[in-house]
Amino acid sequence: MSEQSYTPAEMMIIASARALAGVRTVFVGVGLPNIACNLARLTVAPDLELIYESGVYGAQPARLPLSIGDPTLVTGATSVISMADLFGLYLQRGLVDVALLGGAQIDRYGNLNTTVIGDYAAPKVRLPGSGGACEIAINAWRVYMIMRLSKRAFVEKLDFLTSPGHLRGGDARREAGMPGEGPQLVITDMAIFDFNNPEREMQLISLHPGVTLDAVRAEMGWEVRLADPIDETPPPTEQELHLVRVKLDPQGVYRS
Amino acid sequence: MIDKRLSMQEAIATYVQDGMSVAIEGFTAFICFAAGHEIIRQGRRNLTLIRMTPDLIYDQMVAAGVASRMVFSYLGNPGVGPLHCVRRAVEKGIPAPLAIEEYSHYGMVGRYAAGAARMPFFPLRSYVGSDMPAVNDRIRFVEDPYTGERIAVVPPLNPDVVIIHAQRADVQGNTQLWGLLGCQKEAAFAADKLIVVVEEIVDESVIRADPNRTLIPGLIVDAVVHEPYGAHPSYVQGYYDRDNDFYLEWDKLSRDEASTKAWLDEWVYSVKNRAEYVRKLGDERLARLRPGTAPASAVDYGAYA
Repeated sequence: MSEQSYTPAEMMIIASARALAGVRTVFVGVGLPNIACNLARLTVAPDLELIYESGVYGAQPARLPLSIGDPTLVTGATSVISMADLFGLYLQRGLVDVALLGGAQIDRYGNLNTTVIGDYAAPKVRLPGSGGACEIAINAWRVYMIMRLSKRAFVEKLDFLTSPGHLRGGDARREAGMPGEGPQLVITDMAIFDFNNPEREMQLISLHPGVTLDAVRAEMGWEVRLADPIDETPPPTEQELHLVRVKLDPQGVYRS
Repeated sequence: MIDKRLSMQEAIATYVQDGMSVAIEGFTAFICFAAGHEIIRQGRRNLTLIRMTPDLIYDQMVAAGVASRMVFSYLGNPGVGPLHCVRRAVEKGIPAPLAIEEYSHYGMVGRYAAGAARMPFFPLRSYVGSDMPAVNDRIRFVEDPYTGERIAVVPPLNPDVVIIHAQRADVQGNTQLWGLLGCQKEAAFAADKLIVVVEEIVDESVIRADPNRTLIPGLIVDAVVHEPYGAHPSYVQGYYDRDNDFYLEWDKLSRDEASTKAWLDEWVYSVKNRAEYVRKLGDERLARLRPGTAPASAVDYGAYA
């Protein structure tokens, strides 16, 4: 398959789905993460249970949900519960294996900002805020980020720390008493990063086909750490692309 | 038996006064736009608006100038983008400055839960490492008296008025709801005054035939409003779908003050009540929002005479 036959967003969705291989429960947002989880369920993780913060366990959406509270998530789900139970009995109880999160800004330790650009009291841009992300980032066993790579988003210093990743790195997260293991993967439209080093610092592990190291560096606000060796992400298969295009996002809302 | 039915106009006039704290709850689903529009029409001012997800209804209420403060955990047009009117108020003070007090979702749920049970605080595993406690001093940490561990706490939230939309209730306010439960039960019990708004008024026997589905007992309800399509463009599970087209349309028109005002004029100030709004929406639009059916099989509670 030639490099031009799929979009960077499709590569990001497909790489995210593959990362869910063998996972049992995933806490999922709308948009790209939703498509990635449904693709995983149809390919590498047939037993994957989708958990939505709106209070749905075991969702099997019959259409692409526009919002996290879409009625299609309710009909046919395994269980629909209050948000008190969702956060208390599912999340804090430790039943969420992987949570997918994103943000306007991320730093080298996987800390996320979804609150504000500029000063909190006099914001340049007021963003949505935490939603459930703060407690999800703290309590889910593992956190994967799905974000487009850009210099505006991958910053040296966050304007506001909404949801903690590895904080200042090293053992900081464990010392702060957080149950979950924190950020494990950052999957972007150009490359994949992990945090598998003692400093728990984001490191480049894989470039998507056709993407150069210089192109990745140009989109990051700090000198990125490199794994050795750096892999090339296997390109999408015909089956993966077919499922994304025909079954999961037929209107192309999230693929461009 | 007390019949608590009021019109929306009467319920808002009776229970919502200037300067009060008001929570119209419902997570994406069951958002009572009809109540928000009536509050706008009655010209309330200086309200503290409380909602986990302010959604378009508070965007509209802020644009109309009813609010001076907002308490929330996610400020967005879900699945679409930002709330432009709230952003104008926060970033530029248009039409008036809006003070904000923000939490995470579980923090808001916990605040309602503590308020509902009349407890002094709610402990949760959140906020550690986050900047949120630095900008909201109501988010605090205490020492667990058993282990000495440091744990986050949030204070109770008891709104002056809570408004909950649901599928059905009897005239006493015994209310049944199915679909996304959100934080409605906790918010309802936390309320000082509680208004329930329903698609259908049913006989008490319908409620008693399925008591597990009763989320809110009439005991804590002050007014029952019968308002079909009262949640549009939000949705009611099994009754009508979310009008996603409107959420996209609002994203465009609310970017501009003039077009926002024109919309409020046309769809809020110029209509007398929700029935007129529904007529204005038209049969074709409502037909498009009607879901197919997916009934649950009936359960047998057993007769034990």
